[in-house]
Amino acid sequence: MTHSIWIYLLVMSAVTLAIRILPLTLIRRQIKSRFVRSFLFYVPYITLAVMTFPDILHATQTPVSGMLALIIGALLAWLGASLFKVSAFCCVVVFIAERFLVG
Amino acid sequence: MRLNKSGLIASHGEVLREGIRDGMPIALGYFVVAFTLGIAARNAGLSPLQGFLASFFNNASAGEYAAFTVIAADSPYLEMALITLVANARYLLMSCVLSQRFAPDASIWHRIFVGFDVTDEIFGISAARPAPLDPYYNYGAMLVALPGWAGGTAIGIMAGNALPPAIVSALSVALYGMFLAIIIPPARVNRVVGAFVLLAFAASFAASVLPVISELSGGTRTILLTVVLSAIAAVKYPRKDEESET
Repeated sequence: MTHSIWIYLLVMSAVTLAIRILPLTLIRRQIKSRFVRSFLFYVPYITLAVMTFPDILHATQTPVSGMLALIIGALLAWLGASLFKVSAFCCVVVFIAERFLVG
Repeated sequence: MRLNKSGLIASHGEVLREGIRDGMPIALGYFVVAFTLGIAARNAGLSPLQGFLASFFNNASAGEYAAFTVIAADSPYLEMALITLVANARYLLMSCVLSQRFAPDASIWHRIFVGFDVTDEIFGISAARPAPLDPYYNYGAMLVALPGWAGGTAIGIMAGNALPPAIVSALSVALYGMFLAIIIPPARVNRVVGAFVLLAFAASFAASVLPVISELSGGTRTILLTVVLSAIAAVKYPRKDEESET
């Protein structure tokens, strides 16, 4: 090993923190452009949706249990269940489903 | 930042508690993911302290995993910088979104500390709240999420693969459940958001199986799809200024 793990940690942390902190500190004013404002309004929902599916199918031992968690989680969220409830129910659904699905 | 603790708790305690409450499922999910990340860190030769620090200052699953492969391969430092940049580029976009949620006169310290822990999950719960963003909500979530993530990594390095697969599998959907709780209620109220959530599901699935684009890393696909779909939504359905945040 010719490289130092400590310097690796320094480099990765510096890059990550710069990515996270620079826009927040450099963009101090409200953006006026209607396009940019609309764009930034839609980003959170679209990016979280992109990250949820199909990834949830690969997170579990079988895709079926992930799919069940997605359907029941979405239904509970639609009915207005809290963040914690939706999250906990998804875990319970996978645990129960895999008792039958995974031998 | 004022360090008058009693004053802080008196004026921000409620929001701080809400942040801690919503941060709990995040912390739980993080602990499990970080635990498995610790196994990769252990293989790359990191000590528990080094894993703890890597996770405390980065708090990024894909970014850290990629970084640990760089360490394991003993690659140049420049490669570490580039891989971290690519794997974590989506946080740049999230940081831009949050910059618009802050009151324009919010102090630079609050901007720095909130920026310190812009993760998919903490971004998700803080973007779901009405503007202006109250940094103490983020601090509450960070208070439980960061130790969950950094501690999980360190324990993963020490213990190796100790959790039964049924538990890991069940807990690994906690973070996705949280995403659903954030995107589904606004999708129910706002038809455009609803349509684009479904479109995002479909496009993301297509991108994971189609040739060429499925070769890209998950992080890069996420940025690409987010930018394209959000731009289409912004052009076709621009928001009127008087519309409040959903």
